[in-house]
Amino acid sequence: MSATGLPPHVRLANEIARQFAHREPADAATRIANHIKAVWDPRMKAALISHVDSGGEDLDPVAALAAEQLRPVEARGAQ
Amino acid sequence: MSLLKEPDFGTPARDGEATVELTIDGVSVTVPPGTSVMRAAKHAGLDIPKLCATDNLEAFGSCRLCIVEIDGARGTPASCTTPVAPGMVVRTQNEKLGKLRRGVMELYISDHPLDCLTCSANGDCELQDMAGVTGLREVRYGSGVEAGANHLDAPTDSSNPYFDFDASKCIACSRCVRACDEVQGTLALTIEGRGFDSKVAAGAGVSFMESDCVSCGACVQACPTATLQEKTVIELGMPTRSVITTCAYCGVGCSFKAELRGDELVRMVPYKDGGANEGHSCVKGRFAFGYASHPDRVMEPMVRDAITDPWRKVSWEEAIGFTARRLREIQANYGQGSIGAITSSRTTNEEVYVVQKMVRAVFGNNNVDTCARVCHSPTGYGLKQTFGESAGTQDFSSVDHADVILVIGANPTDAHPVFGSRMKKRLRQGAKLIVIDPRQIDLVRSPHIEAAHHLSLAPGTNVAIVNALSHVIVTEGLVDRAFVEERCEDFDQWETFISGPEHSPEAVAELTGVPAEEVRAAARLYATGGNGAIYYGLGVTEHSQGSTTVMGMANLAMATGNIGRAGVGVNPLRGQNNVQGSCDMGSFPHELPGYRHVSDDDVRDVYEKLWGTPLLNEPGLRIPNMFDSAIDGSFRALFVQGEDIAQSDPNTAHVFAALGALELLVVQDLFENETAKWAHVLLPGTSFLEKDGTFTNAERRINRVRPVMSPQTGKHEWEIICEISQAMGYPMHYDSAAQIMDEIAITTPTFAGVSFDHLDKVGSVQWPCNLEAPNGTPIMHTDEFTRGKGRFMETVYVPTTERSTRKYPLILTTGRILSQYNVGAQTRRTANVAWHPEDILELHPHDAEVRGIEDGSTVALSSRVGRTTLRAKLSERMPVGVCYTTFHHPVTGANVITTDNSDWATNCPEYKVTAVQVDLLVEPVNAQAAENLEPAVVGH
Ligand code: SF4
Ligand code: SF4
Ligand code: SF4
Ligand code: FES
Repeated sequence: MSATGLPPHVRLANEIARQFAHREPADAATRIANHIKAVWDPRMKAALISHVDSGGEDLDPVAALAAEQLRPVEARGAQ
Repeated sequence: MSLLKEPDFGTPARDGEATVELTIDGVSVTVPPGTSVMRAAKHAGLDIPKLCATDNLEAFGSCRLCIVEIDGARGTPASCTTPVAPGMVVRTQNEKLGKLRRGVMELYISDHPLDCLTCSANGDCELQDMAGVTGLREVRYGSGVEAGANHLDAPTDSSNPYFDFDASKCIACSRCVRACDEVQGTLALTIEGRGFDSKVAAGAGVSFMESDCVSCGACVQACPTATLQEKTVIELGMPTRSVITTCAYCGVGCSFKAELRGDELVRMVPYKDGGANEGHSCVKGRFAFGYASHPDRVMEPMVRDAITDPWRKVSWEEAIGFTARRLREIQANYGQGSIGAITSSRTTNEEVYVVQKMVRAVFGNNNVDTCARVCHSPTGYGLKQTFGESAGTQDFSSVDHADVILVIGANPTDAHPVFGSRMKKRLRQGAKLIVIDPRQIDLVRSPHIEAAHHLSLAPGTNVAIVNALSHVIVTEGLVDRAFVEERCEDFDQWETFISGPEHSPEAVAELTGVPAEEVRAAARLYATGGNGAIYYGLGVTEHSQGSTTVMGMANLAMATGNIGRAGVGVNPLRGQNNVQGSCDMGSFPHELPGYRHVSDDDVRDVYEKLWGTPLLNEPGLRIPNMFDSAIDGSFRALFVQGEDIAQSDPNTAHVFAALGALELLVVQDLFENETAKWAHVLLPGTSFLEKDGTFTNAERRINRVRPVMSPQTGKHEWEIICEISQAMGYPMHYDSAAQIMDEIAITTPTFAGVSFDHLDKVGSVQWPCNLEAPNGTPIMHTDEFTRGKGRFMETVYVPTTERSTRKYPLILTTGRILSQYNVGAQTRRTANVAWHPEDILELHPHDAEVRGIEDGSTVALSSRVGRTTLRAKLSERMPVGVCYTTFHHPVTGANVITTDNSDWATNCPEYKVTAVQVDLLVEPVNAQAAENLEPAVVGH
């Protein structure tokens, strides 16, 4: 847990989302998802998706949209 | 190998074609215009006697030993100060010249203590050599005391911990003074007095230690006598053999001759043919090597079941068996992804390569990261996105051609001193300087150098400033349209974005604290002042928008056409010696060697075939993710190669919680460092003097690291990795480090032409080194970018969430100083502590005054995550509201207070911005930080 009190996957996803906040939500979500696909470990992606599934508290709404795009990758790659 | 002496041509080389033909002692020679007669003679194979000349300094013409006769010229001119002319006919030896030279020598010797046999420089003294060369047989004025007035009882200054100044032996040749001026650029020395009374002085009436001297050793190197001499030579005697190797401290990657007597290292002498340093050095590489033989070094493997147990010294066999068994047990219990490794930027390319191979091929996951995560990972990301390659664009010597130098978030005179000296030389020649830094770093105003613009911005506003510079360039019509059209893409979109009024200097002035006019002037200068070169450091990368700033600087360079030739470029100044190399070698969890993504089937295929095992196509955990996953329980074992994460990583309490949660921590290091306090296995590492391999410096230069002694621990670090892999059931074997490089070369296109043999032949190469560029690539992106077209990226400024508040009203930024290195594990174990016995907190006198703090007060420094104690130093170099400290000493634990904020793209920690409060402590607390540093989760 970090000083912000958020679980790491939520904090990190929010940090990425802030960088794309000036873009259209759909475009931003794709960019966030692409970034996460390129650099996140499967367990973190899984944690993000399950966070969305359990209500997505404190998660940036556009990051939540991005998480949707991660689902198929997660289905293939979980350890 | 015998003691290696590089040829000395007497005066510096001149650029240009060899067009001037002349005859010297009947030998015809052709040299570039401006070359001295002395240098031309050396090219013709003729040595002219000399004392005050040496080829890294401009000629001075004071000793008159180098006189020659020239047809048609009057008298006997000094060959070091006389330039060649077409058709010149020169004689360097005849009876008259011989007599005059002996006369000169007589005068020198008459005022010199004739204790050659017992002198520390015996055998390595140019005065002695010249007495022989000139055939001196008698000294008519008597010698020593009998000669009358003399300097023989002049005192010795032993104040510097590494060298002595024995004034009685000084011949006032002024080589030291010129070395300090021209090579180092510190201007610490002067010649006081005139004629017979002239003598060398370090400032007015002060000792070397009290003077401005930074102990770079250039004067010691330049001194032709025993006047300036390394203490180790005085104590141990002249070395008898040299081995050429590479400094293991910073990313400049200086080449040195390690000079030994038998197996004892006597001194490190900068190597003239070193591509990165060309004969210069700094105090760390030159003198601070004593840690390699420090009694604190761990020499035998140690194991324990719990970190509360005492260490047990065990055999290598047992340590390796224990490590392998525990790693496999943990994987069996918690899954393949439950273990991982961190590679080091201090070890060789070969050592890093085998660790990432162990993770990928043996652990069967991609959980490998490098300590570069915490320094330059945004460089890799940002430059790859824009230019297509995760590395700086230039070689160091490119700066010699820069007209405008933009330094942002870097302090080269402290952190990259040898390159800093080179940059200062160019600035003294008239190149213009723009500094973007909250602090008034030394470069802003130093002897003969003054920045044209110092943009003292608020920490955390780099992107806003870089965007404002681009805004000015675009809106004032300063874009190099031809370059952009031919070489780049996505410009139109970017132009629209950056032209937006929100990016104007006026709009961001309040935020950045920099007056708009100053920003406009700096932008105009960079865009129109000739070759513009950007140099940056951790002050760019260690921010929540580190990657964005890197892309912003790439935009700036592309928009102005400052890419692809000498004198321009975007250049990261890397921290540790092998940051570039450790990244190149596939230490990132999403990239195989050569920065190729793990999801790329073709690339994986290469390794799968060679390694005979399938590889995972998903990224693994980064260092901060490893810590988070350790705390949540999915990550249980970590192998740490030569890195002190407990001290160097941010938010110490969080790191301790993570380390305390691991079931197995294996540390490979020279010392029982802070991290090792949490470890179950401690594998002794080798010092750079024992390593055989390569380091890659900040200019992509691959330098050989040659062993001067066998591993004192009995094993090379790469051998240990191979043995762990074997014990885990995967056959990994190499006969030598050279074989590892061969494997790197056949699998990594940018390294295709690299081998130890090739490096031994050509000295060093800068990657890409392959068929098209067998001798490497000093400057990248010359005709096209690595990715084809350079890509403009929109860089939106997003303020960090770390802001000053009422409770934490100041912003802390961190950095490093010249004499210490990183967490200080090495330099603290050398006499370098004379310059930096403790970390101190610099703050502006105004911030100090309102808190009742005085210079030297003990203060408490606290942030929302922790608290520590240091001594305060008041400094006008700091802007109001900003304070600064280093992180070289564990007792201070500066990272106790840094947070886990990080760069959005790479998770490089935001070391440079932490909201803090500083309070005066009434009673001095000594055990303070140690108390804070004690493990929170597991006591010991
Ligand atoms: S050691 Fe370096 S800085 Fe010090 S006096 Fe010599 S040349 Fe100058
Ligand atoms: S100290 Fe050495 S280099 Fe300096 S003036 Fe004296 S003899 Fe020359
Ligand atoms: S500048 Fe860096 S590489 Fe060179 S001697 Fe100093 S520490 Fe070593
Ligand atoms: S070497 Fe030419 S004057 Fe001294």
